[in-house]
Amino acid sequence: MALRTEELMLNMGPQHPSTHGVLRLVVTLDGENVMDVQPDIGYLHSSVEKMMEHRTYVQNVALVDRGMDYLIALNNEQAYCLAVEQLAGIATPDRARYIRVIFDELNRIASHLVWLGTWAIDLGATTVFLWCFREREMILDLFEKVTGGRLHHVYYRLGGVYADLPEGWVEQCGAFLDYFLTRVDEYETLLTKNPIFLARTKGVGTISRADAIAMGASGPVARASGVAYDVRKAAPYEVYDRMEFNVPVLTDGDCYARYLVRLAEMRESVRIVRQALLNLPAGEIRARVPMTMKAPRGEVYVHTESPRGDLGIHLVSDGGETPYRVKIRAPSFSNLYALTEMMKGWKIADVIAILGSIDIVLSDVDR
Amino acid sequence: MNTLKTSPTMATGSATPAAPPPGSAAAQPLPRRSQIAPIADAVAIMDQIPGGGLILTTMEAALNWGRASSIWPLTFGLACCAIEMMAAYASRFDLDRMGIIPRATPRQADLIIVAGRATIRIAPIVRRLWEQMPEPRYVISMGSCATCGGPFYYDNYSILKGIDQVIPVDVYVPGCPPRPEALIEGILKLQEKIKREPILRQQAAAALRGA
Repeated sequence: MALRTEELMLNMGPQHPSTHGVLRLVVTLDGENVMDVQPDIGYLHSSVEKMMEHRTYVQNVALVDRGMDYLIALNNEQAYCLAVEQLAGIATPDRARYIRVIFDELNRIASHLVWLGTWAIDLGATTVFLWCFREREMILDLFEKVTGGRLHHVYYRLGGVYADLPEGWVEQCGAFLDYFLTRVDEYETLLTKNPIFLARTKGVGTISRADAIAMGASGPVARASGVAYDVRKAAPYEVYDRMEFNVPVLTDGDCYARYLVRLAEMRESVRIVRQALLNLPAGEIRARVPMTMKAPRGEVYVHTESPRGDLGIHLVSDGGETPYRVKIRAPSFSNLYALTEMMKGWKIADVIAILGSIDIVLSDVDR
Repeated sequence: MNTLKTSPTMATGSATPAAPPPGSAAAQPLPRRSQIAPIADAVAIMDQIPGGGLILTTMEAALNWGRASSIWPLTFGLACCAIEMMAAYASRFDLDRMGIIPRATPRQADLIIVAGRATIRIAPIVRRLWEQMPEPRYVISMGSCATCGGPFYYDNYSILKGIDQVIPVDVYVPGCPPRPEALIEGILKLQEKIKREPILRQQAAAALRGA
């Protein structure tokens, strides 16, 4: 007797402990095999692009913290401030540019730690989550001493940064970096050669180099597929051209490669912060910018390397106090597009592993 | 009777069962020694056991103490505040020590922490999650956005101006985002609220009404 079979449509999310926010995946299943995945986004649409048209250039710094990717508030501020500074022709003092690089990279480490912890917890390794958050709290302490905030800082200002580093901060940061490198090795003892972890990630969710480029993937997702592209190298902003660092690139394109790339990136970030701390010049931290700043008529597109990839901001000004139009090119949005290609043909249990490995933040996807 | 031990958490607000109700205190005679003697004997026996003791409390206080000490929240994060909620669960703040263990399904949860901004699109889903939770259920509104719309209040077409438009909120935690300490304070406030609740009396009253 022939058993009647049919494809099953399964909703994952918006409330699901492993979708990292409010993402709904419409998964078409044949038994346990994934035939198709359609991400349904928009559950966290904050209309931040529209809101920015109603706020002055200075006020918008506080908005990009919250409205865009909330894990990387400082990197968002970096992209936004860079765009306005380019449009209005504001020259940032050297010291501020070094401080920005330090904070960008520290925030990159903090973001990767959240990713590693939550992804490992999805795969069943609870210890990694606790260890990662232990070190993340130390970074947040360093942030707090300078910016006063843990998550949303509003620290970068147009033409510089809000406050100078307090006394002894550079030494504390250096001590943390030394400590942190040993901790990264410790995470590797838990995962890198763990047979369960290898079985869940190695060879799973592959995406080819050509597909990664065609789908517009960027950041660690693209670099794990062999795309040697990093905005910090390709179009250096701030003082990244004075820093010596490698861009880790792997060619496997699977979940395991994405994991290795991010771990290597954390180590490279430590290298960059060390160089910036060493070469930190003295001097002013902020250029004089009036609170009611008007940007000249025109438009500008600036892109930066956020922890998730190529973060771009397109700013149009009609000469007023507020932007005429802001368009955010969110890396998570493009990376999510590559998800369908990665998941086809894998089992339902792999959906969680693959989704976690691309490291999306829904606030970045929906904006 | 001075060997009687009462837990400080249970002593508040609840009279010992032997005490007469207020108002009729003068009318009722004091209990006779023969009535107290069996209890005193029991206390004397219990005190001989190492670590032994006798606690007198009301059923309701004991029940509420248990409920307040094992609040199971739903793992449901919306936006930035969810990261601080995760930090509160993690190593430094460790909500486990307060008996708070996250559950992945609303059917096992006592508490939903609305962490982050709720869009108009997610609002009916939050409502449904809340409806799926067994009673008695509690809601903590974490952060400015869940409380009142926060920085997304003006010039915005997609964010709900406060989650209390959809579900009833017990504790509001302000902040953008609130620090994990603030969330812990909110949970302590909720525990206070749970301990004050006359749930048995409410149920008895409802049963008498025929509800």
